[in-house]
Amino acid sequence: MPGISSLRFNLRLLLVALIFVLLLLPPLLNALPAGHPLRVSDFVVAVTGKWICYAILALSIDLAWGYAGILSLGHGAFFALGGYAMGMHLMRNIGDRGVYGHPILPDFMVFLGYKELPWYWLGFEYFPFAMLMALLVPGALAGLVGWLAFRSRITGVYLSIITQAMTYALMLAFFRNDMGFGGNNGFTDFKDLLGVPLNTPSARTGLYLAAFGALLITLLISAHVVQSKFGRLLIAIRDAESRVRFLGYDVTAFKLFVFVLSAMMAGLAGALYVPLVGIINPGEFSPGNSIEAVVWVAFGGRGTLIGAILGAFSVNALKTWLTSFAPDLWLLVLGALFIVVTLFLPRGLIGLIKRRGA
Amino acid sequence: MKKGASLYLDGITVTFDGFRALNNLSLIVEPGELRAVIGPNGAGKTTMMDVITGKTKPDSGTARFGDHDLTRLDETRIANLGIGRKFQKPTMFDALTVFENLELALKAPRGTLAALHWRLSGEARERIDEVLTEIGLTERAKDRAGILSHGQRQWLEIGMLLMQDPELLLVDEPVAGMTDQETEHTAALLRRIAGKRSVVVVEHDLEFVRALGRKVTVLHEGSVLSEGPIEQVQEDPRVIDVYLGR
Repeated sequence: MPGISSLRFNLRLLLVALIFVLLLLPPLLNALPAGHPLRVSDFVVAVTGKWICYAILALSIDLAWGYAGILSLGHGAFFALGGYAMGMHLMRNIGDRGVYGHPILPDFMVFLGYKELPWYWLGFEYFPFAMLMALLVPGALAGLVGWLAFRSRITGVYLSIITQAMTYALMLAFFRNDMGFGGNNGFTDFKDLLGVPLNTPSARTGLYLAAFGALLITLLISAHVVQSKFGRLLIAIRDAESRVRFLGYDVTAFKLFVFVLSAMMAGLAGALYVPLVGIINPGEFSPGNSIEAVVWVAFGGRGTLIGAILGAFSVNALKTWLTSFAPDLWLLVLGALFIVVTLFLPRGLIGLIKRRGA
Repeated sequence: MKKGASLYLDGITVTFDGFRALNNLSLIVEPGELRAVIGPNGAGKTTMMDVITGKTKPDSGTARFGDHDLTRLDETRIANLGIGRKFQKPTMFDALTVFENLELALKAPRGTLAALHWRLSGEARERIDEVLTEIGLTERAKDRAGILSHGQRQWLEIGMLLMQDPELLLVDEPVAGMTDQETEHTAALLRRIAGKRSVVVVEHDLEFVRALGRKVTVLHEGSVLSEGPIEQVQEDPRVIDVYLGR
C-alpha cells in the first residue's frame, strides 16, 4: 500500500516538474535570433503567459471546489477584480501621455467630464498598493459573500447560484460609466509597468516569468494547505460537513479561510493577466468565464491541484486551436467536453493518467 | 471514574409542523452512567439526540450539561463541551484513511491555524494506535474508510468518538444491520467505554439492550413511558402495550 501511494506521489511530482520545465521553453526559445528554426514567436509567449494566469485561476478553483466542495461559479469575478486593480495602476502610469494629455485623469474620465480623481482611485499610482488591492479586494468580497453564505449553511447548487449572481451583478455594475472604471470600454492603451514599456521583449519576458513564478508559488502554497491536517479537514467538510461540526470544528471558519485564500489567488492571476493581454473590461466578469474555468478544473481532474493546471492548459490550447478556424463551434465543444468528463472521466485527465500508471 | 457533568433534560417539547416529536420529555443521565433508550419508530429518540447536540432547538424546556445551557449553543460548541455523537447511519470521511479519520477526531486545538501547523506527535500517534486496538481496526489503519464493512464502519465511528475524549457519548442505533457476533462485540465495547464517561445508547434491538444490562428508558410519543432496569421495564404493562404488541 505505501509502495503504490509513493509511486503515485512520484508520478505527480514528475508531472509537475515536466510542466514547469516545458513552461520555461517559450521565453527561452523566443530569445533565439530571428530566423532560427527553433525560435517561437512573440505570440506563443503571449498566449502561453495568458494560459499560466488561467492555470493560477484553475488552481484557486480547485482549492475551493476540489478540496472543500465549494463550487464557485463566480471565480471570474475575483480574477477580474484583481485585473481591474492592476488596470487602475497601469492607467495611472499613462500620466499625460493619454489622448487628452491630462496629467492626472485617465482619458475616459476627461471624456466623461470628471474634474478630479474619485477617492477610490487614490493610491493606485503606487505599484505595491495596486498589488495589495489586487489581493485584498477579491479577498474581502469573498470574505463577505462567504461569511453570509457559510454562516447560513448555504451549500451546493444554491451557493453556486449565488456566486454566479455575484459575478453577473458586478459585470452590470462595471458596465456603468458612472462607476468610474471606464464603463464597457474598460481600461486599455497601457504604456508601461515599473518603468518598462509594455511593448518591449524584455517586458513580455518579465511578465511571463512573473506569472511563471506566481504559478509555482501558488502551487506550493496550495500543496502545503492540502497536505496539512487543514487539507484533510477540507476533504472531510466536502464529504460530510455536519460530521465535522459534531467533531467540534468551526466549519464556517475553515470554509471562509479557504474561500478567501482562493479568491486572493484568483485576484493575483487577474493582476498578472491584464498587463500581458493589455486590456481589461467588464466582459471579464461575464458568468460564462467563470463556468469555463470550472470546466478546466473538471477536465484536468479536481482535487489534485496538478489536474487543475493541466486542465487549464489543455482546454485553452484546444480553444486557441479551434477558434482559429471555427470560432462558432467553441461553446458546443466546451459543453460536450463537460458532458464527456462528467459521464466518462469523473476524475479528469489525472484519473486517466493514474489508471494507466497503475 | 472520570469526573464529568450530568445531562439534564426537563420538559423538552419539539414540534415539527404541528407534530410533537418530543412532548414534555425529562431525562437525567449521571456522570459515568450507561443508559439505553428504547422506543418504537417515531418515539422521538433521534430528535432527543438532536436537541442534546444542538441540531434542533426545542420550543420549550431546559437542556443542560453541567452548567451549560445546551439550547443556546451550536453543534460545534456543544461538541467542544465534551458531547460526542454517533449517527444512526455511520458517518465518516470515506476519502480519508481509517487513521486519518481518527486523527481528525483526536482531541486537539480546533482552530484553522492549528490545523495548518499540526504535526502528529508521538503521544497523539500512541493514542490513535490505542483506539485502533480498542475498536479492532489496527490492520485497516491505512485503508480508506470508504471500503470498510458496515460493522467496521460502526466501530470506526465509535473510535472517532473515543478520540474526542467526550464526557458524554450519544450512540444512535449502533448495531442496526450487524451480525450477532458484531452485536456482541459492540456491546462489550460500549460497556468498556462507560464508567470512564457517560453513554446514552438509542436502540431498537431488545437483545442488545439486555446485553448492555443497565438502566433503560422507554420513550413513546415523545415522552418517557417507563424507566428502570430492563427486567422491570419489560414487566411494565404500558411498555408491553406499546412496544411488545397490542
